[in-house]
Amino acid sequence: MIDFQLHLPNSLEDAFALLEQYGDDARLLSGGTALILQMKQRFAQPGHVIGLRRLPGLGDIGETADGGVRIGALCSQRRVETSPLVAGRLPLVAQAYRQVATPRIRSMATVGGGLAHGDPNQDPPPALIALGAAAILSSAPDGNGNNGGQRILPVEELFLDYFDTDVRPGEIITGLVIPPAPAGSGAAYLKFLPRTADDYATVSAAAVITRDADGHCREARLVLGSVGLTPIRATAAEDLLRGQPLTDATIRAAAATVPAAVDPLEDHRGSVDYKREMAQVFARRAIEQAAGSAAG
Amino acid sequence: MAQRISLSVNGVSHERETPARRLLVDFLRYDLGLTGTKEGCSVGVCGACTVLVDGEMTASCITLAAAVDGSEITTIEGLAQDGRLHPVQQAFIDYGGFQCGICTPGQVMAAKALLEVNPHPTEAEIRDWMMGNLCRCTGYYKILESVVKAVGAGLDSGSDSGSDSGAGASQ
Repeated sequence: MIDFQLHLPNSLEDAFALLEQYGDDARLLSGGTALILQMKQRFAQPGHVIGLRRLPGLGDIGETADGGVRIGALCSQRRVETSPLVAGRLPLVAQAYRQVATPRIRSMATVGGGLAHGDPNQDPPPALIALGAAAILSSAPDGNGNNGGQRILPVEELFLDYFDTDVRPGEIITGLVIPPAPAGSGAAYLKFLPRTADDYATVSAAAVITRDADGHCREARLVLGSVGLTPIRATAAEDLLRGQPLTDATIRAAAATVPAAVDPLEDHRGSVDYKREMAQVFARRAIEQAAGSAAG
Repeated sequence: MAQRISLSVNGVSHERETPARRLLVDFLRYDLGLTGTKEGCSVGVCGACTVLVDGEMTASCITLAAAVDGSEITTIEGLAQDGRLHPVQQAFIDYGGFQCGICTPGQVMAAKALLEVNPHPTEAEIRDWMMGNLCRCTGYYKILESVVKAVGAGLDSGSDSGSDSGAGASQ
């Protein structure tokens, strides 16, 4: 690892000042499970590392006024997985975080760090996007009439490219807000893990399906992971489901649009064609499971 | 760049000047001489370097010592009390929970971390929790048995089959 200077600010204001001072030469560190690996491999060579663990007030999980959940950026992924509030309100979120790597990594890795990492192979983003979650990005006053404060960015818009996010210079992800699941909805997150239990997904699929009283699909959200440079929302499949009866035929027709919507990279987990096909299979299963658990 | 850090390791305070890039596993092994913690994969996957940082199971090979300045660290050397081994350590000896031994400190620390949050885990919960601790000798049955015996849980896992919702061995 190339040497660097480590800063451990005690307040968000101090962290903003360090970001301002060191600019592109600084990287933020929370759990370290991503950044330290990148630094060991010299993919990242920052001159300054700003450790966030002493920042107060960013480690809590609470409910929002509308019945959703707010999670502080420094909350460990393990805490999200084991939170009774999350399990009760948004079991899909607990389930997705539970699929990340191993219990040790989940004890270290944070919610904010995971989002900032921008790795398209992570488990939580497809589930968070399917639920309409948003990241809270905080920044300092800039002296030009911007008092600083918060930018609320849908997680769907956070990921711009491979390991690239819309976290702008001077911003720090300070939290995650997840709205309540729609009434009558069912949800599923499926991770295809043919190799080892702690691997990244070969493909993954998150679905949130809302049913009408007559069994028709009122709303559908389908998001695929590990099959592109970012998580991919399968809008063509959603359009085919919306307003339709949730039959085997409509679900299969919707899933059949998935191979054209994804853009996987070939690696040791499979070829491009294989991942396209598996994306279709797991999309269908996720829709089936979500539709099956939707109350209507 | 060197920084002055203070860590409590197994209840003993240590103040040291250390480079920012010093990894916790190296700090423990080379600066403090606590060589019980092993380095296996160096990328946080194998679990050999598992220690507790403020009670949380942590991969010391991807943790900067300076980044956890002020924390309480527990390593394998901190488990025995007054010459008596921790029940997990004793069970690993009694039930042959190791072969070559390099993964053992990490296995024991992981099992201890589990028992702190869940004193009576089922066999399925033990398997799920320990999935991130690899054994190159593949002695998993004896490791599992050792933890089960340490818990006093018995080997019958029939009551919890089907509770595994995700990342465990069932996939």
